[in-house]
Amino acid sequence: MSAIGSKGLILNEKLIFERSTAGRCGYDLPQLDVPSVEPDEKLLRDEIEGFPELSEVDVVRHYTRLSTWNYGVDSGFYPLGSCTMKYNPKINEVVARLPGFAHLHPATPDHLSQGALQLMYDLQQALCEISGFPALTLQPSAGAQGEFAGMLMIHAWHQAQGNKRHKVLIPDTAHGTNPATAALCGYDVVPIASDGVLSVEAVAAAMDDSVAALMITNPNTLGLFEPNIREICELVHSRGGLVYCDGANLHALLGICRPGDLGIDVMHFNLHKTFATPHGGGGPGAGPVGVCAALEPFLPVPVIMKEEDGYRLVTDRPLSIGQLRTYASQFGILVRAYAYLLSMGPQGLKRATELAVLNANYIRARLEGSYHLPYKQRSLHEVIFSDADLPNDCHTLDVAKRLLDYGFHPPTIYFPLVVQGALMIEPTETESKQELDEFCDALIAIAEEAKSSPHLLHEAPVNARTRRLDETLAARKPRLRWEKG
Amino acid sequence: MRYLPHCDQGIRSMLDTIGVEKINDLFSGIPENCRLPRDLELHAPLAEADLQRHFQALAAENSVDDSWSRFLGGGYYDHHIPAVIDHLISRSEFYTAYTPYQPEISQGTLQAVFEFQTLICQLTGMEISNASLYDGASACAEAVLMALRCSRKRSKVLLSRGLQPRYREVVMTYVRYLDVELVEVPLAADGRTDEDAVKQLLDEDVAALVIGYPNYLGVVEEIESLSRLAHASGARMLVAAAEPLAMALYRSPGEQGADIVVGEGQSFGLPLSYGGPGVGFIAVRQKDMRSLPGRLVGETVDKDGERGFVLTLSTREQHIRREKATSNICSNQGICAVMVSIYLSLLGKNGLPQLARDNYSRAAYLREQIAVLPGYSLPFAASVFNEFVISCPRPASEVLQRLERDKILAGIDLINDYPEIKNGLLICVTEQNDRAQLDRLVDALKGAAA
Amino acid sequence: MDFPEELKYTEDHEWVLPEGDLVSIGISDFAQDQLGDVVFVELPEVGDKIEVGKPFGVVESVKAVSDIYSPLAGEIVEVNSDLPDSPESINTSPYRNGWMIRIKPDDMTKLDGLMDASAYQAFIEQE
Repeated sequence: MSAIGSKGLILNEKLIFERSTAGRCGYDLPQLDVPSVEPDEKLLRDEIEGFPELSEVDVVRHYTRLSTWNYGVDSGFYPLGSCTMKYNPKINEVVARLPGFAHLHPATPDHLSQGALQLMYDLQQALCEISGFPALTLQPSAGAQGEFAGMLMIHAWHQAQGNKRHKVLIPDTAHGTNPATAALCGYDVVPIASDGVLSVEAVAAAMDDSVAALMITNPNTLGLFEPNIREICELVHSRGGLVYCDGANLHALLGICRPGDLGIDVMHFNLHKTFATPHGGGGPGAGPVGVCAALEPFLPVPVIMKEEDGYRLVTDRPLSIGQLRTYASQFGILVRAYAYLLSMGPQGLKRATELAVLNANYIRARLEGSYHLPYKQRSLHEVIFSDADLPNDCHTLDVAKRLLDYGFHPPTIYFPLVVQGALMIEPTETESKQELDEFCDALIAIAEEAKSSPHLLHEAPVNARTRRLDETLAARKPRLRWEKG
Repeated sequence: MRYLPHCDQGIRSMLDTIGVEKINDLFSGIPENCRLPRDLELHAPLAEADLQRHFQALAAENSVDDSWSRFLGGGYYDHHIPAVIDHLISRSEFYTAYTPYQPEISQGTLQAVFEFQTLICQLTGMEISNASLYDGASACAEAVLMALRCSRKRSKVLLSRGLQPRYREVVMTYVRYLDVELVEVPLAADGRTDEDAVKQLLDEDVAALVIGYPNYLGVVEEIESLSRLAHASGARMLVAAAEPLAMALYRSPGEQGADIVVGEGQSFGLPLSYGGPGVGFIAVRQKDMRSLPGRLVGETVDKDGERGFVLTLSTREQHIRREKATSNICSNQGICAVMVSIYLSLLGKNGLPQLARDNYSRAAYLREQIAVLPGYSLPFAASVFNEFVISCPRPASEVLQRLERDKILAGIDLINDYPEIKNGLLICVTEQNDRAQLDRLVDALKGAAA
Repeated sequence: MDFPEELKYTEDHEWVLPEGDLVSIGISDFAQDQLGDVVFVELPEVGDKIEVGKPFGVVESVKAVSDIYSPLAGEIVEVNSDLPDSPESINTSPYRNGWMIRIKPDDMTKLDGLMDASAYQAFIEQE
């Protein structure tokens, strides 16, 4: 077995509440140098029942041990399709923590926050150049909120034109956020079938004057560029609709193609994918949105303006869809993304795209004989296999769990839904040929095991922190918090 | 480029395996008329040393440094951050991991978030918390949508004028194109939500009453009686806490009858970072569990019967329920939730209430000093926590400008959000403001009165 | 897989059992097998009116959720109150303990339009 997974001492650790010892505290308060005052007694609470009592050392040990039960990009290859798990540069962490940024209160007056505003403005300009959109907001907290902002702007634009349109077209390959977002904006969802890529005819058949927008992903979730995109945008526009693009896969296009040039009206970015900000075990991300000129007046407020005497946050914009979060942005994420952009430069970004596509196609070539490939077209930055050819009741889930034993994070599984038993692999550009070869060797070995010793797949994982977990029990009898036993 | 591991020889051999001549051939799926015919016009790449200098220069353009005295709150609070937090979350097993979709190799994140959910329940006095939302304002908006969902046919929501103004705006954005009516509840003279107005506005079409804890003017609301009123008319009581440290001192929203509690967790160990990332939380009652938006971590066992944690009840979410999902959210604030857990674990049952008391005492000290300054007054009589409003003898903007010269950011001007308060200034005091800073502020205010 | 002869079946994989002027409704063995382990069931309330083709309840497994459509119009007279606490009955006993609702149909003759066991079996083989 060509595994990189091996032995290692893994320490047990209780829940933080079970570690608690009465009387301990892990933090010393600064000397109270004003008189201590008693608040109104009627308002006071009793002790916070169940809250832990720990020393600083207890806390450090606890979280250090928990961390060793995790697997991150820094641990190894993390080929989650559609998630762009590239290396997160360390200098970005350093600059995001500079006191000038980290200690800056969001209510600080603009004239005292010029550095932060300039950074945001410059990032905004760079993202416009990369995507081909003339205007952009950095505000959305994540891709899903970016999508929400984008669809709200589309709704607001239609309203301003006096249009009463209530439907949104969404291809069957779409991520689940697309329909959820459309519904949140008060739209009815009309699914359209695609055969790998979307045809002009399929859109034409569904496009009438009740349709507000088409939501697409390009490259789509199969890793395929939508070749009819220009014609589709023209068609939608000619019938009075707008086109939203989910930018989750922008990584395949940097320096090669700009969605704003193709007729797309709105697109969100995922800075945590394309621009290398860390995923943080689930967040935070950031989801800026680029828009065409017609939608600029509808951008969320505040908007950053560059004026003669400096940068300013402007909220007085009557057509704006409003505000999406308490303060202007996930600023700390923007700092990291901008640092990445500056490190790479224009050639570096294009090179990253080229190598990401090279890596994906290399994996495809190496695995094509061992796994079923449902779509034969030339794919870009990710490739999708399925479990269709696996014998002995071995399925995608079993392959994923067996990969854990070999020491790799599995690909995205069972997505997109149009491929049954999908294994969606996105290697990114920061992996070397050696890493890719080790991963492919492991997957090929697993395909062999499926034939010769399927129990190895069904029993997997055996080397991970836990065996397979009972998700049915978790959902049937939900235990969502610790209770004193 | 330092992040790219490829060498020419390796690329050649990869292309051979693929069976194409050059990398460009791999892009054959992109039609010519979709290609960018030029290079991107961006800044040339910077080496790490140059990059660091560039960012240091940008950071220095933010004129306010740590030599300033700052009294800014209003939803983001300057609390001291124990060194432990940054050290622990710099473990890249935490911050370079993705969503814990493969629980067998994500138990660190999953257990930490399970602990976060528990800590939030304990603090708020509620039964169920999710794994976090983007921030306080969006959590409040999600909670409003949830209350509407739970009450099915009701379509009206009452928002207290004391609710953080940005929270109110974000709620407005979220319901913009839904069939929902938002009604503002005025404040009484003491700064609390006007109970008589609530009584009048509550009817059988109201899904929720939303109030702040403390409210934006720093005032502690009478949640218990408002809850009773809301419940009597079948509405849910929604409490939004922009400064949840207050819960370590005052009776929790849960024990006062709240049905949904949301808030901003930034106070608990997150840097100000110009307003983000923060971390929103939402905690609810058992009965509303399946209407809760966002991720949830639950306890279970593995094949050998050992305890472990998984993402659960995901049928509420967009990737399964699509347009019928409880929200379109598909992430949480992961690492920020872990930061909150570390912070609350460090301070714990003994430290957090003491910190809250100290914040209260410091604010009370300053408030008393300002109350007796000629020209200044305290417009609201109700109890406060670590933040309060003063009325200045001249427009707050002028006072603020004057104090900037002494390197003091004295607070937030209320002219736009609360023009009805004469020359209103919102001042926040935390453990970061020692007595010398407080005394200097009082002196400076005295000087600015003239 | 088991498809009792005394039941009628729908294309949405519900079964219907006539009992005097009432009918019981649940989901078929095939449907429960497709869903996997059922973890949650949402049912209507007694007295609710239901319409043909409209969802009256929801069945959830760990990774799927499915609306349950009413094959007949009528009024709910009883719901299986054991199901919320033991949703696994839908897997282990789809036709007995896993029954979902009992209704009084507006028009009993509509039952004739549904499939019998062999027609249903042929239908799912085609799918």
